[in-house]
Amino acid sequence: MTSRFMTGLLLLLTLAAFLLSLMAGKVWIWPMSWAADNADGWIFLELRLPRALLGLCVGAVLGLSGAVLQGYLRNPLADPTVLGVSASAALGGVLAIFSGINLVPFGLFGCAMIGAGASILLLLAIGRGGGSIGFILGGMVLSTLAGALTAFVISIAPNPFAASEIINWLMGALTDRLMEDVLTALPFMAIGALLLLTTGRALDALTLGENGARSLSIDLFRLQWLIVLGVGLSVGASVAVSGVVGFVGLIVPHVIRSFYGEQPSRILVPSALGGAILTLTADSLVRLIPGSGELRLGIAMAVLGAPFFLLLLLRYRKGAA
Amino acid sequence: MNLNVQNLGFAHGSTATLEGINATFEAGRLSIILGPNGAGKSTLLACLAGLQKPNSGAAKLGDESISNMPTPARAKRIGLLPQGAETHWAITSEALVALGRIPHLRGVGASTNDRRAIAAAMHATATDGFAHRPITQLSGGERARVLLARVLAGEPEWILADEPLANLDPGYQLDILDLLRQQARGGKGVVAVLHDLQHAVRFADHVVLLHQGSVFAQGAVDDVITAQNLATVYGIDAHLSKDEDGATQLLIKGKMRS
Repeated sequence: MTSRFMTGLLLLLTLAAFLLSLMAGKVWIWPMSWAADNADGWIFLELRLPRALLGLCVGAVLGLSGAVLQGYLRNPLADPTVLGVSASAALGGVLAIFSGINLVPFGLFGCAMIGAGASILLLLAIGRGGGSIGFILGGMVLSTLAGALTAFVISIAPNPFAASEIINWLMGALTDRLMEDVLTALPFMAIGALLLLTTGRALDALTLGENGARSLSIDLFRLQWLIVLGVGLSVGASVAVSGVVGFVGLIVPHVIRSFYGEQPSRILVPSALGGAILTLTADSLVRLIPGSGELRLGIAMAVLGAPFFLLLLLRYRKGAA
Repeated sequence: MNLNVQNLGFAHGSTATLEGINATFEAGRLSIILGPNGAGKSTLLACLAGLQKPNSGAAKLGDESISNMPTPARAKRIGLLPQGAETHWAITSEALVALGRIPHLRGVGASTNDRRAIAAAMHATATDGFAHRPITQLSGGERARVLLARVLAGEPEWILADEPLANLDPGYQLDILDLLRQQARGGKGVVAVLHDLQHAVRFADHVVLLHQGSVFAQGAVDDVITAQNLATVYGIDAHLSKDEDGATQLLIKGKMRS
């Protein structure tokens, strides 16, 4: 299969997953009633459309960030959480819920973005030497610290309701987001994603190691800025609107690699599409599971993604033997 | 145009790794930098490649200070084969060689000129036979040639190679040395850091022998690789002679007994 064909297929699948996400739910809403002036039309505009848009964007930036970070660190185990940006954004959001700032318009979003921004500044200060090891250690420490503080805030939450609200938000969900939330987050994600898409050539050069890349005129310091800002803005904004959605950034680049080969620049756009497909499909699935409550998105993601990933691993092992 | 180093000093923190280095490397020659571990060979090469900025003095390409050259211009003129033969993803040989064109790329995708340079580099190193194989499936010797092709693809005036023979068996070592010599004969400047004295004796047009961060001796092979110099710098007992063809033969008998 040529990669052009594969990309066409991914685009089609993304469109299909987006349409599925618009329609699927306890109430199926078919395209003819999208513009209708009744309950169906209202559900579509106020609930389904923002949710599908959010799924598309969150999934895309997570897949893209994962692909960029794995390329940058030359480590297939990296994912957007390693930089500590999501944990810091989550801490910001948790503090907002804890202090009641989340009741102010954009309060939760603002606090989460401040959390992400603080972690970006810290990372840039730590990474001044330019090497990727110090940078990644800094990110992991930041992630652990933010996680610990988050746990602390939960444990001192004034009442069980606040605690459960925090935990609910932390687990990541695309439910009940207003169109305004989505539209506020979009520019951040778009700018972040654009920054990340410019890193392809530098990531390719890093295949030769840091000295090899530098001898090819790659500015590793600039690359680090692009990655910190790109991941910070896009993942920060995604956490701010939908909590921490795990798994996508780790798994999707691997799946894409098995079809596109391992060249880092060639998997960036496909990983974004793959992330969107996985997130949209998982979020549709979440709504279709019978029962009173909704399954958490993270769980659906694991149920969908893990077997597929295992299958790929088996295929890969067979190929290697 | 030559590559020259004037009174160059380099320090890691407060410890000096290189001090007062003066050396000239001519185009069209295979120059070999020798010296024991920790003598500063790789640091000198990194200064020549523009990856390290000297603390004092300068490394220059002609009259231009290398560390002040704009990076893309430097990368086009000086190619580096870094130590360790690092390759991180299972990309094809051809894709790896294509990385050498990065300093030349404008906009998206490769031009016909890029493709021509890539094909020529793979032809010169006899790697075109496995252009579409992932580098992870190549033998060490094949991979070493692909990595060298990557440097050649950038069509640099200078080729700097940091221990290009590490982990290769004797046959493959000679392949790489032959290729480097070919490039020098073709008019490029080639500077290689090597450990193997035998290879230096056979292949070098010019030798720079480093010892404790300074140039201990430099010049033609017979002037630099002498029993006395090797005893002082490496602490080895070596015997040098001429064979019937007039080529220098080096026999290392053992460590010096002190």
